[in-house]
Amino acid sequence: MVAHVAGIKIGHSARIPPFFIVQDPTLNQSPLVQISDLSFSYDSRPILTGINLSIPRGKVVAIMGSSGCGKTTTLRLIGGQLRPSSGEVRVDGKVVHALNGADLYAMRRRMGMLFQFGALFTDMSVYDNVAFQMREHTDLPEELIHDLVLMKLHAVGLRGAHHLMPSELSGGMARRVALARAIALDPMLIMYDEPFAGLDPISLSIVGELIRKLNDALGASSIVVTHDVQESLKIVDYVYFVSEGKIVAEGTAEEMKRSTAPYVHQFVCGEADGPVPFHYSAKTSYRAELMERDVRRGER
Amino acid sequence: MLEIIRRLGRQITNRLWRLGFASRFFLAIILHSGTSLRRLNLTLREIYFTGVLSLIIILVSGLFVGMVLGLQGYDTLQRYGSSEALGVLVALSLVRELGPVVAALLFASRAGSAITAEIGLMKATEQLSAMEMMAVDPIARVVAPRFWGGVISMPFLAALFSAMGVFGGYLVGVQLIGVDEGSFWAQMQASVDVREDVLNGVIKSFVFGVIVSWVAVFEGYDAEPTAEGVSGATTRTVVTSSLAILAADFVLTALMFRGT
Repeated sequence: MVAHVAGIKIGHSARIPPFFIVQDPTLNQSPLVQISDLSFSYDSRPILTGINLSIPRGKVVAIMGSSGCGKTTTLRLIGGQLRPSSGEVRVDGKVVHALNGADLYAMRRRMGMLFQFGALFTDMSVYDNVAFQMREHTDLPEELIHDLVLMKLHAVGLRGAHHLMPSELSGGMARRVALARAIALDPMLIMYDEPFAGLDPISLSIVGELIRKLNDALGASSIVVTHDVQESLKIVDYVYFVSEGKIVAEGTAEEMKRSTAPYVHQFVCGEADGPVPFHYSAKTSYRAELMERDVRRGER
Repeated sequence: MLEIIRRLGRQITNRLWRLGFASRFFLAIILHSGTSLRRLNLTLREIYFTGVLSLIIILVSGLFVGMVLGLQGYDTLQRYGSSEALGVLVALSLVRELGPVVAALLFASRAGSAITAEIGLMKATEQLSAMEMMAVDPIARVVAPRFWGGVISMPFLAALFSAMGVFGGYLVGVQLIGVDEGSFWAQMQASVDVREDVLNGVIKSFVFGVIVSWVAVFEGYDAEPTAEGVSGATTRTVVTSSLAILAADFVLTALMFRGT
């Protein structure tokens, strides 16, 4: 059998991964990711309580919320790196935490993830980072891998940087290389963990645009975990707001911009105080604490 | 009092739990070693980093240890009029004991700590998580090649340490002090047994290689993903593997050289 991958003819010996075949996301109407009544605790500290959300195929969905509200934990639960305390996560119809090791790895081959600071392999060049999964999971000839890697790097505008080491890249460039690596096997689901953190305005805008364009070009679905409201509302189709382990608001980007819900308003407008308090909760009030101190001084 | 007992109990439980985890980790390495053997370039790369790059410190240390043995050995032997036996003393001390033990201690400090720091930093910078999310098992891809790289390197490093030590003993004993060259080599050749001495030394260094590599990869993999955590793990690698080497050396020596 002779097959065509990315317009290039390859011979009988090459194992063609099914994820190179881009599917039309509109053909299947069921959501790609379905989270039902999901709860998760670290030791006895609850992180997520009764979360319900769904990620439709072909869409870019943002999960927003303040730091430590459980956004990254949600991504790790979707990727099967954590097991929920209760509830379930379904990806493409399969319950993630019910999969055995081999099936979980097979599912992860169809997922791409961009970590907060790129998580590039520091002992490999940009080229080898992007080629990593292709070499690990396919028997594609090195010439074809070369073409695919340069194609991915070209998509993120870094074809010319393929020979550089991660230590030679700026923060924005490293994020783009990590993005090229995340889409190396044309995944059905791309997860972004704080893709805008620590980027300058130009890099931020570039990464934002790439997330949208790559999602549409690959026919994939994307989950963007972020607290960067302005940039993410420009590119996403739907937004979930998470606070204290619960979903407190959801809707399209336009609906969120117009929302008068106190939490959404505080988040979108970046107000210091509101439903998310400025002060970390203390056992006693500040006034009571000062008075108690004065009483103790008096006794002495 | 109750609190002290409770704390002690908690510490013992934690230690036992960690030992159990380390044992399961060791088993996982063995089970996932197929990749290291199938893709030999991964292991060869680690042999280069842990073995070849440790050569300088091993060779220089071996030379000096051999030179010191030559001086000390001659000083003691000449009191009994048997300074010709210097070659035997130097060779047996090195092949049986000092070669495997000192080389392993140096290996733990130089390569063991580097392995721990590298794996610990990979964990802290989410590289291991990224690998997992790419459906690549970090134990098979990162840990096992480093483990086998260390295990394979160690006997060669110990052998080179001993060879260099014998050369150091020769330099001091024969060239500097003037011990008869023929006696030096002939007595060594007659007294050092390949199976009893050399092979047992190789077995020792292999066991030490397993200990150091296991401790190093485990501490790196189990490190807290912070700067402080990685630094603590690196220190624990050197301390734990050094103590384990010395304890294992006593046990192996008792088993190998009983009554000989």
